[in-house]
Amino acid sequence: MASRKYDIKSFPGFLPITALCLVILYAPLLVVTVYSLNDSNSITNWEGVSFRWYVDVFTGPESDKFKIAAWNSFTIAIVAATVSTTIATLAATAMIRGGRFRLRTVSFGLISLPLMVPEIVTAVATLIFFNSIGFTRGYLTILVAHIAFCIPFAYMPISARMQGIEDSYEQAAMDLYASKRQAFTKILLPLMLPGIISGFILAFIISLDDFIITNFVKGAGVETLPTAIFGSVKQGIKPNIMAISTMLLAVSIVMVTISYFVSKSDNTK
Amino acid sequence: MAAGAASGGSAQSDTYAEARTWLLLPAWAVLGIFILAPVLMMLVYSFLTKEFRGGVIWEFSFAAYDQFFCNRGLFGDEPCAIEWTFINIFWRSIWQAGAATLLSLVIGFPTAYFIATRPEKVRPIWVFLITIPYWVNLLIRTVSMKFMLRDQGPLNDFLISTGLIDSPIHIVNTNFAVQLGLFYSYLPFMVLPIYASVERYNFSLSEAAADLYASKWVTLRRVLLPAVKPGVIAGCILVFVPSLGSFLAPDLLGGAKNFMIGSLIEEQFKGNAGNWPFGAAASMILLTMVLIILLIFARQQAKAEKGAG
Repeated sequence: MASRKYDIKSFPGFLPITALCLVILYAPLLVVTVYSLNDSNSITNWEGVSFRWYVDVFTGPESDKFKIAAWNSFTIAIVAATVSTTIATLAATAMIRGGRFRLRTVSFGLISLPLMVPEIVTAVATLIFFNSIGFTRGYLTILVAHIAFCIPFAYMPISARMQGIEDSYEQAAMDLYASKRQAFTKILLPLMLPGIISGFILAFIISLDDFIITNFVKGAGVETLPTAIFGSVKQGIKPNIMAISTMLLAVSIVMVTISYFVSKSDNTK
Repeated sequence: MAAGAASGGSAQSDTYAEARTWLLLPAWAVLGIFILAPVLMMLVYSFLTKEFRGGVIWEFSFAAYDQFFCNRGLFGDEPCAIEWTFINIFWRSIWQAGAATLLSLVIGFPTAYFIATRPEKVRPIWVFLITIPYWVNLLIRTVSMKFMLRDQGPLNDFLISTGLIDSPIHIVNTNFAVQLGLFYSYLPFMVLPIYASVERYNFSLSEAAADLYASKWVTLRRVLLPAVKPGVIAGCILVFVPSLGSFLAPDLLGGAKNFMIGSLIEEQFKGNAGNWPFGAAASMILLTMVLIILLIFARQQAKAEKGAG
């Protein structure tokens, strides 16, 4: 062993490639953030730091459009994340604390369906579905579609968390005459909380970020932030889009960071 | 699991077995009605007749699939010759998605390996750093990529300032831009599964190989790679599948000449000019391709697990 002259685990070149990987992942995000602070009417020339495009987003000619889109985006994301997290929590309880049953595999397949079907196919299918039952496209169709495809994203952290909690806590409670309902609400749910919060946050971000499905089912006149941004970008990238993108980017990063620290805090130990 | 059994508890139990139907019902209902039923409805629509204002007439027809695969001449009355237009769009999509997958593998594998060989405590931080960009809005990331790659964009500015090139390289509106965009969209999907399998890999196998005078690279190729193959395949699928049906990267970075499946489908549902049954048929063909890939993958994983166990 000692005679070996090299470290078996390390390969030359892997560190620079990892560094390159991080640069590739972050450079575009950094560049947009920096250029959103550009005090210039064109996106090409750098003319110093200013917050004018952030002011423009809130007070400029397009501010009304962005305000309505932001309201739609955030209310849909909150409702969709709440409903899909609730559904996912109940489903995870049945899947992981419900013993073996015949429909388990089928149920798992159904829950992961939105992850397997390409997003554009889900979008087309949902549009066709709403059209065939004569449902007018608008706010409500976006909300319903978001609830459905957010379920697997909420389910993943919740079921992962539940798999890490032994059932002895609930058994102990029931030995002490707690009912099943009490064991669930007083023991399992509090232990599950970090998983549920992570699930909620992931579902929230997925809903907030969705473009393709929303674009298909939104109907005329209703916009969310991504569809409004897409509409603007089609006419060229403008500085106010950079500002609004940076704000949305910040929301996502803050929420993922919260989710990371919540799921790291392990209250079962 | 073993520790759980010893202390009398386990993570998987049947505590709520009698309530499971009620617990699962909301998930079944929402996913059944708003995902599964729509996909079946789409299958039905692909066999209907198109209406000219967008929408369908409820009359059974093969026209959508016929239009996809058959070229029946200018007046539509000739026998079926193979129509290449749409097959070529699918072929281009496969090629673009494949190129993006290869790029991700070249960058993603060393990155995953590097992270998996860091001290255990710092690994989650590395993984976290790789995942953050995935959670940033895909539209914003694609727009950022376009901004980066523009003729007057930061990348060209940087290359010119270093003296590597004299005039900007045109990247936007080329196939390569689309490949870069797809690569950038799904790179974290390549890193994570490879990371997971390298982390589980038992490095004493590499040590044994080294003790028997295998060189480092031979050990990598003959010992490590076969062991982490399931992770590599999983990563490739997680990049390839979403790339295949992607819409934003080809639309924003590719321009009109670099049409992919996603844009072809989207166009059929835009305004009054679209053809819904044709869009539904194209979606069905894409879905079938994806399901076949996933099925082959699932079988291979099952086989690999059997082999390992």
